[in-house]
Amino acid sequence: MSPREVYVYKGFERFWHWTQALLILFLALTGFEIHGSFSFLGFEQAVRYHRVAAIVLMVLIVFAAFWHLTTDEWRQYLPTLTNLRAQAEYYLVGVFRGAPHPTRKTVLSKLNPLQKLVYLQLKLLVIPVVVVSGVLYLVYRYPARGGMTGLSVDGLETIAVVHTAGAFLLVAFLIAHVYLITTGTTLTSNLRAMITGYEELHDDVAAPVSTPPPAPASPATANAPAR
Amino acid sequence: MRKIVLVLVLLSLAVVVAVGSFRSRATDATPLDILKATYARKRAAPADHAKFEILQRPFTAPQEVTMACLSCHTERGHEVMASSHWNWSRQEYMPGRGIRTIGKKNVLNNFCIGVAGNLTGCDKCHAGFGYVDQAFDFTNASNIDCLACHDNSGTYERTGGGVPAPAVNLNLVAQKVGRPQRSNCGTCHFFGGGGNNVKHGDLEQAMFEPSRDLDVHMASDGANLQCVDCHRAPNHQMLGKVYSVSSMNRDRSTCEQCHGNAPHPDALLNEHTVKVACQTCHIPAYARANATKMTWDWSTAGRLRDGKPYEEHDAQGNITYASIKGTFTWATNVTPEYIWFNGTATHYLLGDQVDADRPVPMNTLFGDHDDPDARIIPVKVHRAVQPYDPGTKLVYQPKLVGTVAGDGAYWKQFDWNEAAREGMKVAGLPYSGRHGFVPTEMTWPVNHQVAPKAQSLQCNQCHTRTNSRLAGVQGVYLPGRDRNSTVDALGALALWAVGLGVVVHGLARAVSTRTRRTA
Repeated sequence: MSPREVYVYKGFERFWHWTQALLILFLALTGFEIHGSFSFLGFEQAVRYHRVAAIVLMVLIVFAAFWHLTTDEWRQYLPTLTNLRAQAEYYLVGVFRGAPHPTRKTVLSKLNPLQKLVYLQLKLLVIPVVVVSGVLYLVYRYPARGGMTGLSVDGLETIAVVHTAGAFLLVAFLIAHVYLITTGTTLTSNLRAMITGYEELHDDVAAPVSTPPPAPASPATANAPAR
Repeated sequence: MRKIVLVLVLLSLAVVVAVGSFRSRATDATPLDILKATYARKRAAPADHAKFEILQRPFTAPQEVTMACLSCHTERGHEVMASSHWNWSRQEYMPGRGIRTIGKKNVLNNFCIGVAGNLTGCDKCHAGFGYVDQAFDFTNASNIDCLACHDNSGTYERTGGGVPAPAVNLNLVAQKVGRPQRSNCGTCHFFGGGGNNVKHGDLEQAMFEPSRDLDVHMASDGANLQCVDCHRAPNHQMLGKVYSVSSMNRDRSTCEQCHGNAPHPDALLNEHTVKVACQTCHIPAYARANATKMTWDWSTAGRLRDGKPYEEHDAQGNITYASIKGTFTWATNVTPEYIWFNGTATHYLLGDQVDADRPVPMNTLFGDHDDPDARIIPVKVHRAVQPYDPGTKLVYQPKLVGTVAGDGAYWKQFDWNEAAREGMKVAGLPYSGRHGFVPTEMTWPVNHQVAPKAQSLQCNQCHTRTNSRLAGVQGVYLPGRDRNSTVDALGALALWAVGLGVVVHGLARAVSTRTRRTA
């Protein structure tokens, strides 16, 4: 089974991924400026653009959710215990010894068990927390007076603190994510796949294999298996 | 798939452009444009008083002018006699103290302290003739001074004893009466406390003909508003009051009476108006033309040179020391202090015992974040050291202005004990015979000298961790100023941990790969 170019990431998927990446990066930059961590655009512009980017991101999330539901891609994030331990051990030990990836990547199962777990938490916990607190921040109103209506909350503190905590988690994820994409077949193979959509995969087995893969065809590929 | 994405992108672009171009057309008049046009209209006087026969007969006493006025304006006398300009007091409710009759007549301040016993020095600014002592008849309408406020000739002047200066031509002035001008109001309100801009900090002689930079509303080269355009006076009851003597949230003159609650095109800025007063952002500094008095130390008063009182001045001509008053400091272009204010206040009232260990608040402005009526306002805080009786623990009313030799007036005799005894006798309160000084503070809301839009505060002057204008304002989470230190510490720790992990893991990978290659 020699590796072959497989179309893994669809057009919308890549569009969604990169737009979301840029938006989150921009939101982190403007958000932490609003938080007072540094000065970049100036508070006024930071607030203005942070709000615009937030709305764009939410529209994108709606489209992405629709795409995931209609294409059944949401199943990619269903968590599994299979190979979870092996995957953790790979990152802690195997990767330094040139051991093969314990999980085989296929079109129907693009994510390893650790990714499934982390991405699911991102989608069900961190992003909802940041989005919901962000929406509250956006529509936040003091007890309605002077003809201004909307949500009545007694203070920004809880909203702001939760939003900030979520932002820290997102940035932490971003750092780890950017690093971990270098652990593919080659340093840039994952990056290339997310840009072009194509990646060299070994086969098209639907489910992750729980038993070690068959012996590789050549020693060269044994040291650089698909992840 | 690519085509669909392209179509989607183009469609959303088109929507954005369409929404943007339909938003607000530059040709629509904004509320501000309408206001400007309204106030640019010149008002024609409804009557030419020079044509009135009754004003042409020669006046020998100012009271005759008043009676002439009242012969046509028959009910106006009652209105004036019901006003604070006449009574120098009114019924006020003070939170925590109840209803009292208070006003300039009996409330102390930390400038020249109070009027009791000193009326001959203060009556120049009473809207009547001859309020020189407590015997003044507040029910006699002929003693109303109509001209002080309504002279449009610019020649009317008052002198000691609360009467027109001898040089004033009463006929000329009476024939040229009209709506009060800045010159009428400013004659008293710009010089409170015994000199230009001593008290308010935002009301001073530069406001007679201010530049647009100093005051966008009253600028003589701009909108040229008069005081009474905002401080309307239906039935001679002025809107607007100063919290040095007032206590209640009523009859206020506000920015909103013209500008409304949502004056900005930006909704986010309008949201601020719920908790932040217009003045906070739009008066970035007060005393922007001439200096205002910031501190007054009465304890150094009484030094004489060759047995005579003297004065010292700074380079700008401000009095820094006067034998009769003590030591002053002045400042220009002052950054206000900021407080929550709900429109109610209380005052030090004669007879209140004080704790001399900390500054005595001569007035206290109420409000906090949770109060739906409270907003953040800019204030001038005037700090003083003023006479105090440690025996009775009272801030006392000294007699300062003398009329006859040996009447105990401090400004003649420089004896605090005499001044205290005589002053408190008028106030009807005891003096223990022990004399001292106490630090005091007085809070003056800053409402005038609204700056051009370009000079108003920028977001980051409050929303910043360092040197925030609102550093002292508590009870509110201010993005950019505030943070939760635990969340920030944990967050920073997480980022450092992940970053360090990435670096260590990456280095280990690089080293192990190289080792395997060379092996």
